[in-house]
Amino acid sequence: MGIKPVSSRLGANETQPEIGLFRRLHIDLTLLVALLALCGFGLIVLYSASDQDPGTIQRQLIRLGLAIGLMGAIAQIPPQTLRRWSPALYGVGVLMLLAVLVVGEIGKGAQRWLDLGVFRFQPSELLKLAVPMTLAWLLSSRPLPPRLLGISLALALTMVPVLLIAKQPDLGTSLLVASAGIAVLFMAGLSWRMILGFVIVAAAIAPLVWYGMHDYQRARVLTFLDPQSDPLGTGYHIIQSQIAIGSGGISGKGWLNGTQSHLEFLPERHTDFIFAVIGEEFGFTGILALLALYLFIVMRGLLIAARAQDNYGRLLAGALSLVFFVYVFVNTGMVSGLLPVVGVPLPLISYGGTSMVTLLTAFGILMSIETHRQIK
Amino acid sequence: MANARRRGRRVAETPRAKPNLRLRRQLIVGGLSLAFAVLAGAVFFRQVIETDFLQNEGQRRYLRDGEIAARRGVITDRNGEPLAVSTPVETVWAEPRKLVAHLDAIAPLAAALDLDAAGLRQKIQDNAERGFMYIKRRVSFDEARAVREAIAEHGLQGVDFETEYRRFYPGAEVFGHVIGFTNIEDRGQEGLELEYDAQLEAVPGLHRVIRDGRQRIVQEVEQIRPPRPGKDLVLSLDRRLQFLAYRELMAAVKEHKAKGGTAVVLDVATGEVLAMVNQPGYNPNGDRDGGSERRRNRAVTDVMEPGSTVKPLVIAAALEKGLVSPGTRIATGPGVLRVGSNLVKDVHNYGTLDVTGVITKSSNVGSVKIAQMMDYAGLWDIYRKVGFGQPTGIGFPGETRGSLRHYSQWRPFEHATMAFGYGLSVTALQLAQAYGVLAADGIKRPVTLLKRDSNDPSMLPVATRVLSVDTARKVRAMMETVVSDKGTARRAEIPGYRVGGKTGTAKKASGSRGYGGRRYQSVFAGFVPAGNPRLVMVVMVDEPGGSSYYGGLVAAPVFQRVMEGALRLLNVPPDDPPPSMLLVHRGGAS
Repeated sequence: MGIKPVSSRLGANETQPEIGLFRRLHIDLTLLVALLALCGFGLIVLYSASDQDPGTIQRQLIRLGLAIGLMGAIAQIPPQTLRRWSPALYGVGVLMLLAVLVVGEIGKGAQRWLDLGVFRFQPSELLKLAVPMTLAWLLSSRPLPPRLLGISLALALTMVPVLLIAKQPDLGTSLLVASAGIAVLFMAGLSWRMILGFVIVAAAIAPLVWYGMHDYQRARVLTFLDPQSDPLGTGYHIIQSQIAIGSGGISGKGWLNGTQSHLEFLPERHTDFIFAVIGEEFGFTGILALLALYLFIVMRGLLIAARAQDNYGRLLAGALSLVFFVYVFVNTGMVSGLLPVVGVPLPLISYGGTSMVTLLTAFGILMSIETHRQIK
Repeated sequence: MANARRRGRRVAETPRAKPNLRLRRQLIVGGLSLAFAVLAGAVFFRQVIETDFLQNEGQRRYLRDGEIAARRGVITDRNGEPLAVSTPVETVWAEPRKLVAHLDAIAPLAAALDLDAAGLRQKIQDNAERGFMYIKRRVSFDEARAVREAIAEHGLQGVDFETEYRRFYPGAEVFGHVIGFTNIEDRGQEGLELEYDAQLEAVPGLHRVIRDGRQRIVQEVEQIRPPRPGKDLVLSLDRRLQFLAYRELMAAVKEHKAKGGTAVVLDVATGEVLAMVNQPGYNPNGDRDGGSERRRNRAVTDVMEPGSTVKPLVIAAALEKGLVSPGTRIATGPGVLRVGSNLVKDVHNYGTLDVTGVITKSSNVGSVKIAQMMDYAGLWDIYRKVGFGQPTGIGFPGETRGSLRHYSQWRPFEHATMAFGYGLSVTALQLAQAYGVLAADGIKRPVTLLKRDSNDPSMLPVATRVLSVDTARKVRAMMETVVSDKGTARRAEIPGYRVGGKTGTAKKASGSRGYGGRRYQSVFAGFVPAGNPRLVMVVMVDEPGGSSYYGGLVAAPVFQRVMEGALRLLNVPPDDPPPSMLLVHRGGAS
């Protein structure tokens, strides 16, 4: 090998990892501790947000256990294997998306679920992983930065599932999948000229997107711009969540003492709007601590990306970290009134198993990338 | 190795890629940090800068001021028997702006409350913008349960309950005229409910409560103002006597096919009204139709010409002035007396009667002759002193004072008719009050419908002497002859008791025909026991339609039955025991 791995030339962050127990188990201890801290905090908040319902906590704990087990299992698979399987995974995912549109189950006004007999499955979740994996596979198989053909292919591979998911309609997930694709492209070294071009094109087609949106999606954007215009309808969520957050003050009202959440003024308080419960009960201090934890996890992911041994690992790790960030930002931004209402849960804290499985699988991939490095 | 070669080629072909990527990583880290900073800033803005405003907004959402229902005062009779009570019931209200989304579930809701579904749906749609609307007030227990079931079954939102008090009148028709009733807002509308509304009125309390997002009250934070229940009202009425009087009056009105009637029982010692009943009646619990014809408390609101019942007062005045004594002989023959161009007639020619006989036989001529011994002022004065022509001060809505024209406006024939009870008008209560003066040895006590507490001096009535004891006793002795085989009211006799009284059979004047029609008011007024009277009663039966219309035949039997029962209920010892009773009594004592 005449040429040193890219990672060794990335400089500052490089350390020589010793071969310890966790390394042999393919577990990144730093990431694991941070994730467990986050999930533990999530359970504490959920206990309050669910009005102290032990059943909710129990179900969430079971999901968490399964998802962590899955994360450990994924971490055992070497990145090369993941890379080989990427296109197949993508193909299966897109086929399932098509199947959802034809025979999918309808829940909350959208067609998102596929009943596999044993359990119900949301194929769009699979695409959150399959899209960055496939793009990383595509772009890492050619020299970087990608040429126009590669970029076009990558864009096409991204847009197909994004449009299929948007059709369900599930704006939040399609946004996350799109951001995953864009993250891979950005990190692959897309030239600034290209980026500028995309921004211009995006601005040009924005009106088209507007007219292509569903009425409820348009209403959400309008309400975001002026929540008071419809205080009983779509604006209700935004107003109530901001009141809940604002009521917390600096130190919060204390665990289990949030009035807005416990008195049922706050809608979706144990799922998408759980951030407001944290804001009310733990105050600004709690929010800062939570954001710091999220930031730490994202940075750890980016560090793993920087240390990755090949382009596939680097692109994938970076993209997954960025998607995680987008997850956090879209949810917290929505709840605190910075962004329009999009149905995205707060990662690893909101009640629900689907996003937890996807996210912890992603962290399993990150751990695999981190722990399968060959020491030179 | 393909990978290695490609990487190598990339580095070789695009030398600018490497610094580009480093910049990009820095951009990403910088961008992420900036994004988190913006987020933290947004939350900081809400939680630190806007926190007061938002906390206030939050409190406005869960802190509400709500009313606490308070109970209206209870009305009881003198023995504490409830006559008007308030019981808590539920009222169903709705938030129309939430309910409009459940229009399909209106039908079961309407069915649960026995309402018209289409009408209710229309009402909800008409008020679709509003946050409050009564669906049905004061529902029954079964209705409330049916509504709860409908809510649970159809997931209705925006329908809720509140507690209100419903007024219930255990005395129903018997007390309806006196008690009156309240409206849906629990305010007195008629009778004593109206007269004493301020005292009985309950002031709802105000409290601050925590309500959750579904408007359910979770917790009371503070009581701003406690609910103030209305003060109770204790009446002078005795439920037992009232029932008795009502039953007998109703029976008489029915038997004699009369248009109506009224009766009043007074306690002589205190001036308290023990019973006050009327016919026809109505039930204040619901059946309020028929207007004032059935709802009037005629004893206080309607006047009559007292007729012969005033004769004892005329004689009392003459006795008081020393003009006659019970034995003074009055020539009433031939039963007709010319006064100016008019004639005063008696039913029969009684020849020469003593003053007692004038009362016994109820001679109009005799009474006029005695009155003519006095000037106008003398006759007017006695009527005035016993309370004719003035409000009794009993405190009842719509009380009428009757009419007693000043003597300066009298003509000679009026002076004459006044002596046998025409040309003036009184209420049954006023007549009872006047007889109360005779019964109380000449002392006039204001009448009242409220119980007088004998332990509380301020509650005792201001008594005024109107006649001397001697005069009152002499007149009472004359009146005892009325209730005898020789008198006009033999039917008022009560075994074991001396009874005094006077009949009256007044022809009713009608607008067109004067006194020409055959419409009468049959009256009997009396007291028992005559030696030391405890009770005074006035009975008036309006327009008896049967063959009898004399007061002694129509009204006196009512007096007899009610007073007989009352004396027993009140444990009044007989003052004229028949020999057999005396023997029993003595036997028991020895």
